[in-house]
Amino acid sequence: MRPVSATLAIGSAILALMIGVSVLAPWISPYAATEQHIQKRLERPSARYLLGTDQYGRDLLSRTLMGGRTALLLGVGAVLLGLGLGVPVGLGAGYFGGRADEAIMRVVDAMLSFPSLLLALLIITALGASTAHALVAIGIANVPGIARIVRSATLAVREAEFVLAARARGEGHAYLMFGEIFPNVLPPIVVETTIRVGFAMLAAASLSFLGLGVQPPQADWGLMIREARQYVFLSPWPLVTPGVALALTIIGFNLFGDGLRDHLGGSA
Amino acid sequence: MTRYVLRRLASIVVVLVLISIIIFVAIHVLPGSAATLILGEYATPEALRTLEREMGLDRPLPLQYAGWVRDVLTGDWGDSLAMKQPVVSVVGLRLKNSATLAAAALVIVVCVAIPLGAAAALGRGGPLDLAIVTATYVGISIPEFVTGLGLLLLLAGPSVQWFPTGGYAEPSAGILTWARHLVLPAATLTIVLIAHVVRQTRSGLADVLASPYIRTARLKGASERRVVVRHALRNGLLPTITVLALDLGYLMGGIVVVEEVFAYPGMGRLMIYAVQNRDIPLLQMCVLIVASVYALANFAADLLYAWLDPRIRYR
Repeated sequence: MRPVSATLAIGSAILALMIGVSVLAPWISPYAATEQHIQKRLERPSARYLLGTDQYGRDLLSRTLMGGRTALLLGVGAVLLGLGLGVPVGLGAGYFGGRADEAIMRVVDAMLSFPSLLLALLIITALGASTAHALVAIGIANVPGIARIVRSATLAVREAEFVLAARARGEGHAYLMFGEIFPNVLPPIVVETTIRVGFAMLAAASLSFLGLGVQPPQADWGLMIREARQYVFLSPWPLVTPGVALALTIIGFNLFGDGLRDHLGGSA
Repeated sequence: MTRYVLRRLASIVVVLVLISIIIFVAIHVLPGSAATLILGEYATPEALRTLEREMGLDRPLPLQYAGWVRDVLTGDWGDSLAMKQPVVSVVGLRLKNSATLAAAALVIVVCVAIPLGAAAALGRGGPLDLAIVTATYVGISIPEFVTGLGLLLLLAGPSVQWFPTGGYAEPSAGILTWARHLVLPAATLTIVLIAHVVRQTRSGLADVLASPYIRTARLKGASERRVVVRHALRNGLLPTITVLALDLGYLMGGIVVVEEVFAYPGMGRLMIYAVQNRDIPLLQMCVLIVASVYALANFAADLLYAWLDPRIRYR
């Protein structure tokens, strides 16, 4: 094993903190995320409210902790959806090659030439704004990029000896793709996945900020920032708290992804 | 070069057709037809069918697609459902405003990012390089609505008021007023872009500086300034053009968020309005325009690249 780089170490630490806190959020939050203390609106940080309160007197620390859960759920969920659709498409295109590959890749390239936020906006217009639809929209926007990565990794191993041996044994297409090729294209997929989770969280937060994702009163960083806008000159805390949490989390995912790529070797 | 241009031109037409198909499919295949959106959830089935027939939604999909493409090409862009106005007249001004904003951002990016990237590449491993690399890392990671609101908080607050909190002013209202409205949204857009371009310039220039022909230039006694400006930058900046073109795609998404933050009346805000009101005729034209601009910008960047680097043309 190569020594772990500072990039990977810092990234892992931030991610571990973020995931740990999100999982434990319901137990470590001092208040319920939607509990209103109507006499204590837009308060500064104090011993009672460690990070202050928002415009309804809700505890910002509790909302930020629970918001991490939402962000993680959306980021991971959207990328899993993208993988579920993109991996079979990429494997199929790379494995079968020829006409099928060309046709699939044409569509994939066209989707890639389409700014992904616009694709998400189209899907949300058709489906309506909600947390689940934001997840679907971002997941679908991730499909072409994932398919492309998986296809090029597949091309690199499809003529490898272990694949040819399995084919000579008489294995079917499905086994060759998922039993032989897939395990061998996992490293680049893992790296791609971590970086994509960070970006998916960012996209989800953007949609919620635009009012097109998570809906009130649920706790979500993008939505918290949206609601904080109006009061930003009265109290900066409702903006700063989720903003810092979001930025730090995305820095963590980026550091982790970059570090992991270097750690697994430049080819991934 | 002519053959290269023709080949790229053919592929851009294919891309534009595919983009229009994606938009059409997204709108017509997903649940919730346009007629349901207009009449609301509680419309009677008879009313829905009548409206669908009036709008031609009962025709086969390929026919509907052909009809839509013909309308778009002949300038019949339909009416916005929410604004009760022709889409053409709604879009024109917004497109101009967004183009102004994007152009301002790009000018700032080129003027700031390329010198910064060059400085980082020349002082690789030094303190300046480390500072620039760290700053770009943070810049890429902070969402633009956070930076935008942060700038708003610091520079447009009631106690400071250096800039307006949002909106847009025509140049006829005075150049200074016009510029003051542009500064914060443009600055917000540039932070992520600067980070991308700095990274690319730094690594592109660093690669070139390590190449044999630069050693030759140094050995023949050229000054460091001449080596960098005349020999290294010309090749080292080539990939930066591609990054700038790809960043236009980011810019198209970025304007949506940034225009919302600063209440800037451009294409981005128009699209959000269309989504919120489920105004499909307006949204599909906006998305088609923005996606086409992006595709054409990539095409222009490819041509520029091929013109600057003859090696590309013969691939």
